[in-house]
Amino acid sequence: MSDGIGARVQRVEDKRFLTGKGKYTDDIRMENQAYAAFVRSPHGSARVRGIDASAAMAMEGVVGVLTGPEMKEDGIGDIITGWSITSKDGSPMQCGVWNPMVTELARYVGDAVAIVVADTQDLARIAAEAVVVDYEILPAAVNLVDALKDGAHQVHGNVPGNLIFDWEVGDEAAADEGLAKATHVTELDIVNNRLSPNAIEPRSAVAIFNEAEDHYTLYSTSQNPHVARLVLSAFYNVAPEHKLRVIAPDVGGGFGSKIYIYPEEIACLWASMKLNRSVKWTAMRTESFMTDAHARDHVTKARMGFDADGKITGFKIDTIANIGAYVSLFATATPTYLYGTLATGTYAIPGVYCNVKAVHTNTAPVDAYRGAGRPEATYLIERMIEVSARQLGMDPAELRRKNFIREFPYQTPVLLQYDSGDFDACLTKAQALADVAGFPARKAEAAARGKLRGLGYSTFIEACGLAPSAAAGSLGSAVGLWESAEVRVNPVGTIEILTGCHSHGQGHATTFCQLAAEKFGVPIENVKLVHGDTDTSQFGMGTYGSRSGPVGMSAVLKALEKVEAKVKKIVAHQLEASEEDIVIENGEASVAGTDKKMAWHEIGLAAYIAHNLPEGMEPGLKETSFFDPVNFSFPSGCFICEVEVDPDTGKTDIIQFVSADDFGVIINPMIVEGQVHGGVTQGIGQALTERVVYDESGQLVTGSYMDYTMPRADDVPSYKVTHSSTPSPTNPLGVKGCGEAGAIGSPPAVINAITDAIGTDDLQMPATPEAVWTALQAAKMPMAAE
Amino acid sequence: MHPTKYHKPSSVSDAVAALAGADDGKLLAGGQTLLPTMKQHLAAPSDLVDVRSIDGMSEITVGNGTVTVGAATTHAEVAASAEVRQHIPGLASLAGGIGDPAVRHMGTIGGSLANNDPAADYPAAVLGLGASVITSKREIAADDFFDGMFTTALEDDEIITAVRFPVPEASAYAKFDNPASRYAMAGVFVSRGASGVRVAVTGAGDDGVMRHDGLEAALSSSFTADACDGVEVSADGLLSDIHASAAYRANLVKQMAKTAVAAAG
Repeated sequence: MSDGIGARVQRVEDKRFLTGKGKYTDDIRMENQAYAAFVRSPHGSARVRGIDASAAMAMEGVVGVLTGPEMKEDGIGDIITGWSITSKDGSPMQCGVWNPMVTELARYVGDAVAIVVADTQDLARIAAEAVVVDYEILPAAVNLVDALKDGAHQVHGNVPGNLIFDWEVGDEAAADEGLAKATHVTELDIVNNRLSPNAIEPRSAVAIFNEAEDHYTLYSTSQNPHVARLVLSAFYNVAPEHKLRVIAPDVGGGFGSKIYIYPEEIACLWASMKLNRSVKWTAMRTESFMTDAHARDHVTKARMGFDADGKITGFKIDTIANIGAYVSLFATATPTYLYGTLATGTYAIPGVYCNVKAVHTNTAPVDAYRGAGRPEATYLIERMIEVSARQLGMDPAELRRKNFIREFPYQTPVLLQYDSGDFDACLTKAQALADVAGFPARKAEAAARGKLRGLGYSTFIEACGLAPSAAAGSLGSAVGLWESAEVRVNPVGTIEILTGCHSHGQGHATTFCQLAAEKFGVPIENVKLVHGDTDTSQFGMGTYGSRSGPVGMSAVLKALEKVEAKVKKIVAHQLEASEEDIVIENGEASVAGTDKKMAWHEIGLAAYIAHNLPEGMEPGLKETSFFDPVNFSFPSGCFICEVEVDPDTGKTDIIQFVSADDFGVIINPMIVEGQVHGGVTQGIGQALTERVVYDESGQLVTGSYMDYTMPRADDVPSYKVTHSSTPSPTNPLGVKGCGEAGAIGSPPAVINAITDAIGTDDLQMPATPEAVWTALQAAKMPMAAE
Repeated sequence: MHPTKYHKPSSVSDAVAALAGADDGKLLAGGQTLLPTMKQHLAAPSDLVDVRSIDGMSEITVGNGTVTVGAATTHAEVAASAEVRQHIPGLASLAGGIGDPAVRHMGTIGGSLANNDPAADYPAAVLGLGASVITSKREIAADDFFDGMFTTALEDDEIITAVRFPVPEASAYAKFDNPASRYAMAGVFVSRGASGVRVAVTGAGDDGVMRHDGLEAALSSSFTADACDGVEVSADGLLSDIHASAAYRANLVKQMAKTAVAAAG
């Protein structure tokens, strides 16, 4: 069937998005709607000595000004984290308390101090500026390395030394032994630059308290509305679950940043009840820069040992991870179980050890962002292997081939069991597409024009399809990470698929429906996806960690199989045939070897009219499934980047970018390519342009697009995307997930290419023109006399 | 945005009167800086006096070895003008490289000069060509007009009406964009004409647009890209920020000067 698995079906959601007809949270308008603006700390670290809202309250049209202490008094809970980490000495992690609004100390620029509600958005913002806050400015701990030093400002009184946990994974003795016997050891200091997520739609909330029904509705820019409802009910005490409906309508990008339940949603719900008005808040872009959970921000020292044959003998990693002022929902899982567990990459390494210290600083909370931990691991490993190849005088592709894991399943020394892959196949395919053989000639031609060409690899693997619930639980997760599905065949035969996943750019309305088209041969226009509303679809865990394919679609498939089984029973009964002889294809069910058949709408009708069903069968045609994977899925691949650097200015042009991905089975190649394009572009952004900068006092310097550099269309080339697939054995579809690979694998490919071009490895991200020019100048300096 | 009162006068005198009658009035042209600033509550003028409907404010005229551009002429109009392209191609190409298409179709030359953003492009052209700024009161030579970052010789009630550029023998502009804002991180306008060689630098100086004596001297001897190589571009007096150090900007000034001279031919 043309709309089934593997078809390049046009995205059914695009008409609405491309014609400006999407319905986002900020498009929701309630009759008695008021608008919220937040009074935010302009200081990185300060004590709030007093709040004077009298001038704001005196403005006509101001509905109310509410503060943190009042919120606490009303019993609104502190913001929770969803993953407990145990330090290597066995002690539990230490987290600072996160009040949704400041009760005493403001701990980062943007920390919410008060919510101002007014009749118009302009007035709310003007009134917020009229709220006078008496701040006592305190010292700040901003830099993640300095925050661990003696004498550093203590961000939270209950977290000594700002150390949240000191975690380890792997076998330190084995890593030490491997390094000791190595004939060559590569040492590298790596900075993984801090990023801002920059979804095109800023965060927004519309909170609606219905006094007559004692009921709340929250429209929210959420990647996981059910989890939001659960957390808002169980931990923030806003309302019991059955009296709270959370709707995530169209959401314009998340990249992880919209997983979390932020202070603003809590405050709007609470204010809606307190003031008995519907309350809308939409972030201004500068608020997004200040308060959307940031990403990455690691400083790492690493050592990788090799024997005389070029085999890796040991790998030891020492990382400091910045968690920010408060511990956000997945903040502790990101630099541990999503990072250290990938430390072996695509290579067979006998001894691997990773130590991670997580620190509080007076900066915005840091949490998962497209890739989440895996980009940090991949950047580290793929820089190490490329630098090692240069130091060993080996071809970087051959050094990789020499060390690739080649047999599956493969138990790594850092907890994970890789289920499948063929890393050499991806590398070989990428090399052919990138015409690596022709690179020396291209480099010579560029040199003749005074330009420096370089070529860089990244052969990466990631753990996706979050996650097997029991395994996640044993590692400290507070929740299970299964997914749910319901498939409803309506009396007229049309099909609705209900999922607990959420689509905010992934194209689920197309791909999920392709599963039904594949299973029953029905046209895709007869299938509809229902998601994003806790009143309409069953509980589910949402979308992140490239899980919607491997976990969410697998649940759909299981529900479809249940429907298929019931359909066969009904048709066999109606046509007086044997169940085993029923064949479902092209939207009808027939008895094999006969001309007896029922069209899909006849089957639906039969199930609901229920005049002639098998004895004991319940009427209707609707099935539910919960799928809990037995393992992560492991997408892998090879990226090759070719750059040209202008030595006069340090400007890098990406000449070509090739990806050869192993995503397992691909549902819709067009959508997968789009995911790769977007992910790679974000990775190129990290490599070349993006960085969040705070000054020493904790002031956010990159608070707008005047200072935070997003990659633009003319910064990136036209991508060459290909695939080399090994189906995943850990889910029934064989899919691996494709949402994050681009962002995970691309930064090292870019930096490996630039450092190849300029002949020095002394370069950190982002490789801005200035950074590259400065590295070139430093490399040109004559070495100091011995 | 704070409430504000909007005026749309059709003559310079009406505009001056509207400005005089306001508590805290601001002139509005393309609004490409002022309006975002107001949206962020960084400015809250009581009145906006829109100069775009004033007669003659958007005309481009050629004569007596000059090209005169009305103050409310948009960047896109200057970039597309056959007269400008013929007589001062460096100016047309500069205008065509300001901001993005939306900015170029709203932003005006007068607005850009009155704002005198230290990283704006137009100040480099005006200074680098030795143009005159014509106002409601007088004519101000470029060398006297720019007075440091966001500061000009304009008086509070003075309105730019046009800019008169002498037609050079050769001119060109080269800039290296700030990667984030795409304003000039270093922009160099070079011209060779009746009054000699002029080199104006924008985006790099810590006090706004400036002429560069060393480059002017070298290019006066030989108007070639190679002539720039021997010039020591000092980092002293150059901006240093998260995007570029003064030393890097000094390098960019030299590189952009070379690029501009090569383009001017």
